[in-house]
Amino acid sequence: MKKNIKVWLVAGVAFLLFILSLAQLGLSRERLSAAYDRGMVIVDSMIPPSVSNPSNVATAALESLHVAVLGTLFGVVFSLILAVFAARNLTPHFTVSVAVKSFAAFVRAVPALIWAILFIIAVGLGPTPGILALAVNSIGMLVKVYAEAIEEIDIGIVEAMKSTGASPMQLVFQGVLPTMMSALVSWSIFRFDINIRYAAILGIVGAGGIGWELVRASRMAAYSEVMGITLVIFFMILVVENVTRLLKKRLDLASMETVRS
Amino acid sequence: MAEKVLEIKNLTKKFPDGTVALNDISVSFEKGDLIAVIGPSGAGKSTFLRSINRLQEPTFGEILIEGKDILKTKGSSLRKLRRKVGMVFQGYNLIKRSSVLQNVLHGRLGYSSSIKGSLGMFSQQERKRALEVLIRMGLEEQTLKRADECSGGQQQRVGIARAMMQDPVILLADEPIASLDPASSARVMNYIKIMSQEQGITAIVNLHQVDYAKSFATRIIGIRAGEIMYDGPPHLLSEHIIKDLYQDQYAEEARAQ
Ligand SMILES: Nc1ncnc2c1ncn2[C@@H]1O[C@H](COP(=O)(O)OP(=O)(O)OP(=O)(O)O)[C@@H](O)[C@H]1O
Ligand SMILES: [Mg+2]
Repeated sequence: MKKNIKVWLVAGVAFLLFILSLAQLGLSRERLSAAYDRGMVIVDSMIPPSVSNPSNVATAALESLHVAVLGTLFGVVFSLILAVFAARNLTPHFTVSVAVKSFAAFVRAVPALIWAILFIIAVGLGPTPGILALAVNSIGMLVKVYAEAIEEIDIGIVEAMKSTGASPMQLVFQGVLPTMMSALVSWSIFRFDINIRYAAILGIVGAGGIGWELVRASRMAAYSEVMGITLVIFFMILVVENVTRLLKKRLDLASMETVRS
Repeated sequence: MAEKVLEIKNLTKKFPDGTVALNDISVSFEKGDLIAVIGPSGAGKSTFLRSINRLQEPTFGEILIEGKDILKTKGSSLRKLRRKVGMVFQGYNLIKRSSVLQNVLHGRLGYSSSIKGSLGMFSQQERKRALEVLIRMGLEEQTLKRADECSGGQQQRVGIARAMMQDPVILLADEPIASLDPASSARVMNYIKIMSQEQGITAIVNLHQVDYAKSFATRIIGIRAGEIMYDGPPHLLSEHIIKDLYQDQYAEEARAQ
């Protein structure tokens, strides 16, 4: 009985919030139906999709790919370095670990598009701010997951390396990296999948790549062009996703092999 | 009198929670001895061993390795001293995904430059040495296998090979045979004994099997509640002393039953 009242209360509040939001946004029935009509017109003009300047679009798509690859690469390298300091079992001091982890959490909280805008202000338009934005955005996530992977490493391995007289750098390269390699690779691939999606839209704010072509076409109301470019983005992501999936499958097979033996 | 390789003075370890694991231990070790450290669970055997190469930080005392106090070193001088002390673990602690050869070469990390060692670049001489040690340990077939593809006994021998590559003066082994079957155990203990005798290495081995201690060691140290209760040759370790040493454990087991 009591539970029932609670459910009704929550539902009532939710409904109230819904009505309030509608009123706030000024959504009226007329506007909604008008949007529908306008939408239908646009969809009509999108068909058939076209690409008026294929070489331009291809170059832009390739640029997006470059942005994603380089952004991921820089992200991976810097995340690894930071993760060594963030992981509780390797950090020189726990305050360093807390500091690096908080930094990553902050970076993570800021969306990629905002990083892109910030870097455009700093270095100007083009693919460079896109690469930097993706690198920084990747760091936010990768430092966390890499550090967690390092923290899962058996402390015995660290002790064994230390007892040979190995330096901290040797410990990381010869002991920690080989041990966390499969986690490292699969997280990095996962991140690349995310980055290729971002790279496709970063151009919207002027950070290079195919997104810019999309904005250009829509500003000129060239809706068939918009559709064409959207399809190119779609195929680009599809191809990348399948390549990374294949790669992952290979790796999983490789690690299954080792479990079996 | 033989040369003192390791001298421990007033070694004390008190954990933050108040547990006194080692209580003012003073003892010295001579070149080429194989010392078995025995005692009930929780006596402080691991703490004792791990203090020697400072995997654990003692609260107080001196640990002189060939005259040099390891507790007063840090950074690269600590690493230089550590390479003189090889260590073998109950859980082997090999890099599972790396090859047996690579694991053995890790014993040379303390001697190589940071960059070269990080990249796994070892000299032709060191590789040759590693192969020789592997052959010596009966592991030539395993050289290129991944470490985790080897049996437990083989992995432990890889662990010994890694330690031997350090050209150690001291070899520490914390329960090296606790996870092995009797045949592998005897083999591993044999290799430790051979290395100790041939190369004049002082081996200190924590064991919980008294019979292994008696048949392999040249000297036995019995620890109870953080203090040395027995220190002498194996043949003088009487049933009476053993019973005394393990009395708490017997009492506990009796209570449990
Ligand atoms: N990190 C720690 N914090 C608090 N107490 C500890 C810690 N590590 C060990 N001890 C305590 O110190 C004492 C000695 O432990 P140690 O591991 O050296 O015993 P051991 O002789 O090696 O025992 P075992 O035969 O079970 O390996 C024990 O009472 C143990 O509970
Ligand atoms: Mg122990």
